[in-house]
Amino acid sequence: MTFKRSLGEHVFSWFNICLMLSLCFVTLYPFIYILFASLSDPTEMARFRGMLFYPQGFSLDAYKAVLENPMVATGYRNTLFYVTAGTVINLIMTTLGAYALSRRNVYFKNSIMLIIVITMVFNGGLIPSFLLVNNLGMLNTPWALLLPGAISSFNLIIMRTAFQGIPVSLEESARIDGANDWIILSRIIIPLSLPVIAVMILWYAVGHWNSYFSALIYMRDRDLFPLQLVLREILISNSTDNMMTGAATGDRLDIGITIKYATIIVSTLPILVLYPFLQKYFVHGVLIGALKE
Amino acid sequence: MPDLDKNLVQAAAGIPVESKRSIIKKDLIRNRYIYLMLLPVMAYYAIFHYGPMYGLLIAFKDYGIADGVWRSPWVGFTHFHHFFENPYFWRLIRNTALINIYELLFAFPAPILLALLLNELRRIVFKRVVQTISYLPHFISIVVVAGMLVDFVARDGLINNILGLFGMEPIAFLQEPGWFRSIYVSSGIWQGVGWGSIIYLAAMSTIDPTLYDAARIDGAGRWKQTLHVTIPGIMSTIVILFILNIGSMLSVGSEKIILLYNPLTYETADVISTYVYRKGILGADFGYSAAVGLFNSVISFILLTLANTISKRVSEHRLW
Repeated sequence: MTFKRSLGEHVFSWFNICLMLSLCFVTLYPFIYILFASLSDPTEMARFRGMLFYPQGFSLDAYKAVLENPMVATGYRNTLFYVTAGTVINLIMTTLGAYALSRRNVYFKNSIMLIIVITMVFNGGLIPSFLLVNNLGMLNTPWALLLPGAISSFNLIIMRTAFQGIPVSLEESARIDGANDWIILSRIIIPLSLPVIAVMILWYAVGHWNSYFSALIYMRDRDLFPLQLVLREILISNSTDNMMTGAATGDRLDIGITIKYATIIVSTLPILVLYPFLQKYFVHGVLIGALKE
Repeated sequence: MPDLDKNLVQAAAGIPVESKRSIIKKDLIRNRYIYLMLLPVMAYYAIFHYGPMYGLLIAFKDYGIADGVWRSPWVGFTHFHHFFENPYFWRLIRNTALINIYELLFAFPAPILLALLLNELRRIVFKRVVQTISYLPHFISIVVVAGMLVDFVARDGLINNILGLFGMEPIAFLQEPGWFRSIYVSSGIWQGVGWGSIIYLAAMSTIDPTLYDAARIDGAGRWKQTLHVTIPGIMSTIVILFILNIGSMLSVGSEKIILLYNPLTYETADVISTYVYRKGILGADFGYSAAVGLFNSVISFILLTLANTISKRVSEHRLW
């Protein structure tokens, strides 16, 4: 059956569409502005006032400066290492925990679960964690970025929920054939849980890619800085100086502006490019998390 | 549970019940690989979660790196007294509380509103596109977001340029204490509104469609349907997230504030966690800053419990 929509509802529909369009504009425009600004001629950009709808002039000098900057290159390399190594550690640890805690008939299962859930409410906080890492001798080593966050309890619980959803009969028939827990985990559980594992990889990897605070407190050696820490220096502390050595004194200030924009684009590009393809997996993960309530 | 049931059956049938010790022994043998798998996991939690909790003892000690946590001398509540008598104590409390209250007032309802509006969109493709775009800022690193903000709100930045078109004088937003909270909260909304709406949209999708049919037959328009079907349908999600928000009130993340504040804006921007960072990590005053951190956690836990209790009293929704 159909119902006629009232005038008020029509007006609201149009109003709603306009509102959503402006939301999209407000969300995207900062990125568009930065893209256009990064491609602009530095001198024209420095004089420009107002909203950008196309690049002012055209110049790739800023990108050249960013790509030639040794700190950006080192940061990129370090971040790729932290993301890869960190995600592998996360995945192994989370899978082991989730599998073990998803089995039935494990005597200490509930006590261990409680021990884990307690850490979601209580934690030692910043200073004791820092002192622990210091006492373990991990300060200023990659371990400080890889081990303290090896398991996210929230992700562990999501993965455990997914493992629990796999029919027990599959496992039982394998057990009759003499399979032990390692075989059941690697041959049955993991192949059947690839979607949730994909979500975990994405969440952990994006977390590592974007994190800066651990590196800020644990890393002293500039050669070990992840990209985000290099970005902080360029974007927040305004130190584009070491990238402008090639430019003449008069142009230096100007190109400093476009270098910032080019840095943002270079460092965010992987996420911006991958995002449309991966977006649905992220959402999928949130929904698994929400449904377990 | 199965073990217990078996015991009851055995006891009823007069068969001798297995002792607890023999149950555990059997369990350890049968599940030896399981416990082997749990070994690194438990070691991780023991070291990196319970280790720092033990380390919190230094809040009551005169901590020296050489002495370690155990051998440093006790000082009781001295650090806490120092904090309460600190001239900045009330400023830190006020800033922490106000930023949170603003977030509860503006940033908390924003995703709910967005989810309700998205729910009203008829064209599925358009809805998808809006959703995809609105989730994007969630994946941008906080450093880049802060970097963009610093640039946009600078004296010669985008925002001032636009304001200039309306004949307004440029404002140095990040140097003015009066602007800090607005910048912090509104950029937080920009980053989180889309992502935050997912959970409410998920809750809406579980509402029984026959409720809408029934409402329509009773003559309810879309506004009435939203008011009497959709909102009640997502109420438990709203309440649970609200309680969680109250619980994290004092633990305002320092990550974004550290990137945005400067001594000029400490007046409104300095919160407990940034103070702990400056005193502890930058100033190496470990015992004192650990005490401030502990104070923060205790208050947060009290707030969480309080919110949960009140919610339990006034509605049936609760966290535990």
